[in-house]
Amino acid sequence: MTTTLTKPPADRVPEQPRRGRGSKASRAGGQMHAGPIAYIILALFTIGSLFPLVWTAIAASRDNQRLAQTPPPFWFGANLFDKLEIAWNDANLGEAMLNTTIVAGISSLTIVLMSTIAGFAFAKLRFKGRNALMLVVVGTMMVPPQLSVIPLYMMVAKLDWTDQLQAVIFPSLVSAFGVFFMRQYLLQALPDEIIEAARVDGASSWRVIWHVVFPTARPAMAVLGMLMFVQVWNDFLWPFLVLTQNGNPTVQVAVAGLGRGFTPDQALIMAGALLGTLPLLLVFAIFGKQIVGGIMQGAVKG
Amino acid sequence: MTTRHDTAALPSKGGAAPGRPPGQAPSSEAERKRARLSRRWQRDMRWSPYAFVTPFFVFFAAFGLFPLIYTGWASLHTVELTAPTDMAWAGLDNYTRIFDDDFFWNAARNTLTIGVISTVPQLLMAMGLAHILNYKLRASTFYRVVMLAPYATSIAAASLVFVLLFGRDYGMINWALDLVGLDKIDWQNGTWSSQFAVSSIVIWRWTGYNALIYLAAMQAIPQELYESAALDGASRWRQFIHVTLPQLRPTILFTVVVSTIGASQLFGEPLLFDANKGASGGSQHQFQTLGLYLYEQGWVNQHLGRASAIAWTMFLILIVIGIVNYAISRRLRASS
Repeated sequence: MTTTLTKPPADRVPEQPRRGRGSKASRAGGQMHAGPIAYIILALFTIGSLFPLVWTAIAASRDNQRLAQTPPPFWFGANLFDKLEIAWNDANLGEAMLNTTIVAGISSLTIVLMSTIAGFAFAKLRFKGRNALMLVVVGTMMVPPQLSVIPLYMMVAKLDWTDQLQAVIFPSLVSAFGVFFMRQYLLQALPDEIIEAARVDGASSWRVIWHVVFPTARPAMAVLGMLMFVQVWNDFLWPFLVLTQNGNPTVQVAVAGLGRGFTPDQALIMAGALLGTLPLLLVFAIFGKQIVGGIMQGAVKG
Repeated sequence: MTTRHDTAALPSKGGAAPGRPPGQAPSSEAERKRARLSRRWQRDMRWSPYAFVTPFFVFFAAFGLFPLIYTGWASLHTVELTAPTDMAWAGLDNYTRIFDDDFFWNAARNTLTIGVISTVPQLLMAMGLAHILNYKLRASTFYRVVMLAPYATSIAAASLVFVLLFGRDYGMINWALDLVGLDKIDWQNGTWSSQFAVSSIVIWRWTGYNALIYLAAMQAIPQELYESAALDGASRWRQFIHVTLPQLRPTILFTVVVSTIGASQLFGEPLLFDANKGASGGSQHQFQTLGLYLYEQGWVNQHLGRASAIAWTMFLILIVIGIVNYAISRRLRASS
């Protein structure tokens, strides 16, 4: 059973031309080469994109005294690791990172599973009210979740969830974007014939999901998971409202807390900001190509 | 399309149903079994799609729709942060209080101006950048990943660095201005300067991401359109205006909508741009956005009811913007 169901997709998927990849390949020959001006502009944008990040590290390696002089420092000082260590301890970043990993991990995993299943239903199954419900999904993408913070805050207060991670996890599970993203992907990546073949073999809808949809959707699921992880990791307003620095902060809450005080230690703040950003930058450095591909793939279909 | 699942259902009625012993002569028991399987099959076909979309809608109802509606309800009450469950009916008092408050209008104005100076240059630069990235480039993936680095940086981290870079006395930007003989600018305390500085954080974080979205849309434009335009003697610039831009219209609309929503919600950047002033958005409220004003009313002044009224006002503004957007896009589509 398992083999007959999983084999066909592996055989057939490559036959189905993917729009994104196909068009890119056919265009490559026709594209014009970039001139020197294009490279200069790109170089400027590259510097602009990276400079604030690099300078975060430079500032973190100095101290308040050096940061209160002109010209500002352009190269690393000697304090980087000291400051990183102090920031790590002062802002309780170890705990904050663990918290954020838990929150972002749970919510991105849940969102991916929920979105894949719902996206499959919207893309490939026929049911009454499908179009109307899809319209609702798209409509909710337009409503910023931040507008709901007050009742959510009341709920959290009532449930006594202040300073607890579930207060951040639950509201983050709503992702209309995820449903939309998976629907768009499955529309083109999952040929109807494979589902039919599975049906002929007598597979129930759940079996189809497990043996056909999940294997086919895996690349998109990975991309969506990463996008959601980044989003939850960087989320600021809601965690800032329900978590405090002394009770289960996320990284963003902890880092934002470093900036207060009458004479804040700027180098320390930069060290905290750097530590809070580093994990995601590493992920982007490693999986950059896939993330770029995923964002672009989602964009064309949108 | 319409009959697909019906035809797919047939074989199971016919005999390929799982668990049925092969080669057995049809008996009455097998008949019943088949009927039961077929019923189960139909139930599956009919109801499992709903089961698949239910989790999303349950979470959406609980953490999206209900809070949104309840915000409207709370906005008609007096609710204090210290006792969020005690609500006293207030009618439209919260709304009249807000509309009488100069700081509300100030925040609305700031949100609008910051929204414009962050969104317009951002999308224009993203468009230019996408156009360049669409050329055949060496190390093209490298540029794309680099452009996303700001997107991976959190609001908190980005804002804190920009505060230093925009520092009045020792900031990198004023040092550079001084170097080329210009006056130093008090970025935090001026109205325009602070709004520009806050906008620049938004621009820095989102330009690359939008460029990638434009790039993806550009790559989906059929090459033939350019070829025929070139045959007609259109210059590169005219090709961009007459082929690229019209083809990108839906994508542009999408990015405008998303950026507008983002701009209307602006909170973290202005909050952290002057950490000691916090929710007031600068000493003169010069960069207090509606998001910050909502936070100030709800969590600093502890009037959750009033904050709810602000949230609903923002919601209504967004709906109006959405309708206007829709009308414009329809006009554009009709005219083309």
